[in-house]
Amino acid sequence: MLTMIGKRLMFAIPSLIGVVIVTFLLTRALPGDPAAYFAGPAATKEAIEQIRKKLGFDRPLIEQFFRYTNDLAHGDFGNSLTTGQPVATEIRNRLPASAELTLLGLFVSIAIALPLGVLAATRPGSWIDHLCRVTTTAGVSLPVFFTGLVLVYVFYFRLGWSPAPLGRLDVFYSAPPTVTGFYLIDTLLARDTEAFGSALRQLILPALTLAIFSLAPIARMTRASMLAVLASDFVRTARASGLSPGTVIVTYAFRNAMLPVITTLSMVFSFLLGANVLVEKVFAWPGIGSYAVEALISSDFAPVQGFVLTMAVMYVLLNLAIDILYGIIDPRVRLEG
Amino acid sequence: MKRRDFLKSVSGLAAGAMVPAPAIWSAAKADARSETLLIVSEGGPNNLDIHGIGTNVPGYEVSWNCYDRLISHEMKSGPGGVPYYDRDKFKGELAEDMNVGDMSATFKLKKNAKFHDGTPVTAKDVKWSLDRAVSVGGFPTFQMSAGSLTKTEQFVVVDDHTVRVDFLKKDKLTIPDLAVIVPAVVNSELVKKNASEKDPWGLEYTKQQTAGSGAYKVTKWTAGTEVIMERNDAWVGGPLPKVKRVIWRMVPQAGNRRALLERGDADISYELPFKDFQEMKANGKLDVVSLPFSNGIQYIGMNVTKPPFDNPKVRQAVAYAIPYQKIIDAVLFGLANPMFGAAAGKTTDVAWPQPTKFNTDIEKAKALMAEAGYANGFETTLSFDLNFANVNEPLCILVQESLAQIGIKATINKIPGANWRTELTKKELPLYTNVFSGWLDYPEYFFYWCYHGNNSIFNTMSYKSPEMDKLIDGARTAAATGDTAAYDKDVKGFVDLAFTDIPRIPLYQPFVNVAMQKNISGYQYWFHRRLDYRALVKA
Repeated sequence: MLTMIGKRLMFAIPSLIGVVIVTFLLTRALPGDPAAYFAGPAATKEAIEQIRKKLGFDRPLIEQFFRYTNDLAHGDFGNSLTTGQPVATEIRNRLPASAELTLLGLFVSIAIALPLGVLAATRPGSWIDHLCRVTTTAGVSLPVFFTGLVLVYVFYFRLGWSPAPLGRLDVFYSAPPTVTGFYLIDTLLARDTEAFGSALRQLILPALTLAIFSLAPIARMTRASMLAVLASDFVRTARASGLSPGTVIVTYAFRNAMLPVITTLSMVFSFLLGANVLVEKVFAWPGIGSYAVEALISSDFAPVQGFVLTMAVMYVLLNLAIDILYGIIDPRVRLEG
Repeated sequence: MKRRDFLKSVSGLAAGAMVPAPAIWSAAKADARSETLLIVSEGGPNNLDIHGIGTNVPGYEVSWNCYDRLISHEMKSGPGGVPYYDRDKFKGELAEDMNVGDMSATFKLKKNAKFHDGTPVTAKDVKWSLDRAVSVGGFPTFQMSAGSLTKTEQFVVVDDHTVRVDFLKKDKLTIPDLAVIVPAVVNSELVKKNASEKDPWGLEYTKQQTAGSGAYKVTKWTAGTEVIMERNDAWVGGPLPKVKRVIWRMVPQAGNRRALLERGDADISYELPFKDFQEMKANGKLDVVSLPFSNGIQYIGMNVTKPPFDNPKVRQAVAYAIPYQKIIDAVLFGLANPMFGAAAGKTTDVAWPQPTKFNTDIEKAKALMAEAGYANGFETTLSFDLNFANVNEPLCILVQESLAQIGIKATINKIPGANWRTELTKKELPLYTNVFSGWLDYPEYFFYWCYHGNNSIFNTMSYKSPEMDKLIDGARTAAATGDTAAYDKDVKGFVDLAFTDIPRIPLYQPFVNVAMQKNISGYQYWFHRRLDYRALVKA
């Protein structure tokens, strides 16, 4: 098992090198001159040149590339110009914010979508099947920023139940000491229940927004694969043998229907990290998506490169995790190199 | 578990989680709320030091409030009774006395002035800071040069508490330039300790923390998320500010900023869409202050080096085809000063900005197009900066529509913010809209940058006219020597010439809009258009 994982990671190295080269070239090919942008509205040509020199953009491309890879090898992702901070620190601070939100959103989504999909499959054509169809269609056809804004409007602006959409914590709470970077966990570790409550309240609306958006693929996939499995021979045999419906559905059918659902989950997860950008904007969430988009708008190379690289590494790890999970769910699937 | 019990417990949980923060605040928290100002805006600083590389405009706000300058401006009553900085009156901030001689100015420092770490402010610090401003390059050095402050030899330490600034030449803008944000006084010993050979001015250090003597100091800064500033109780630059703590949060969504204001959670916000400001003004729940940009104009520029806009008749035709009033009404919801439609017989003022005599007159425009030999029109592109799309986009669509009536087919070219300056400095865009506003509020300053034949980057039209140069240079000399009659004549002359040659068409003077809760008072308008926390009061 361990050697297999090692082998898989080895194979990921060429693709990561590819990602480094491509992002470097792509960011350089972007229109826009960062030196002119950061020289400010009142800069002369000479001032822009001075800035270009300071930032090292006057050097040949190949030299810039070697500098960049050399820095990367030392764990230095460079400095963001828009926020003025080292990219590595920023990503380390912002990734947990995005991950906490995405994971919670996904968790809520699974908690609703799996039972809904299973119930819809066991009673096709019933009211619950229609409910499943309506919620998923509605969820997927509403853009996330719209759902987010509507939720803010109703629950914050109109009803006042939800706290102000001002990021991860209420303005007057201070952040817990960082252990995992997940506020829900860190506040509990610090035994600060008030801050935990605040962090949870802040999370509800954005997580719900993400959940509504991701309900559809999970519920539909669960329903479809459950239908296929329920129609198969071994389920008929199990039923004929007189096993209780619960045992048949949960132990036999659901486990076999899991594989395509897991694949969908991994896709939805990566999809959600992208959809996060809009949710982060609406809820002023200090996550990684809004960071990357802002950097892109201002032609700020370093954060864009750092973001793409981080995402690439995450995808490699996520794929690996999913493959391992396959093996656990279905021993017939072997982890191949 | 029964289904009913399950539902009960689930809804109970949900309700528990949804309950808003407890109404009974601990006493300390309630105090914190009343002594804290919560500001929400779209963007935050990328650097806490205006001398840094590429410090953005929100960064200027931090510098303004956390550092002191030698001198600052007095306040006067502006439009609508709102305090407005007085261009012509100065007061000491770190200096207790200013003595302007013929070719130098001498400043005596306040003896009890201290930096945030408790070290006294000395003449050495002032010299080091001014040296830094003229040496680091980029924007700060450029801004200093606008007041003929370019050499470190100009700044002389007379004794521990006296500094002399020598003038290179007579320039009316030298003293005002010492009161802008750039010549901030930095704690030289502290910064030098944290400087390195590669970074002799310690820019890396001051990027992350404030090292000044100003009324506030930054205690926490999370880039892109929030800035927290605490009052410096030992400040001697002016009366002690009323607000103890400022929390400045970045909220990218304009709709949410408005919701935060209307729910009473945020105290102040700016950078909202004009429509929101206008609606908030109308419903009266909040105070909305709208003041014109000093020395600022939104304009339509034309590249005069290439046909068809090298022909003044074509430029005049465009000026008659612009739907001025529609732009003010539909794009800005009335929140701007018109810069068109002055009465035909009106004489030119010695002031800037002032309205042109153009009006929307399609027939006249058509006639001018025919005279210029373009009776059948032509095709061109109309460019704008996407960073300000909420104004620029509707504005350009209205202009496009109107130009079509005189046969000019303009394709709209949206340029991303990162690319805008690059494109503008190439000076190849045939037709575009843009804003220019100068910190120093003098007509000759505006014209020197925007119309002079030395072709600075703000002369986006590449306009060159020997006659114009003579008038601008004449006004600058007259201002320095105090020759009022010559000055008035030259200013009127260049304004008239700019309106007949019309290389750029003034549209309106934009407003800076700030919305705040009713219990917030003391807002002051400054040339930099950012907030001055020192005067704000939360009742």
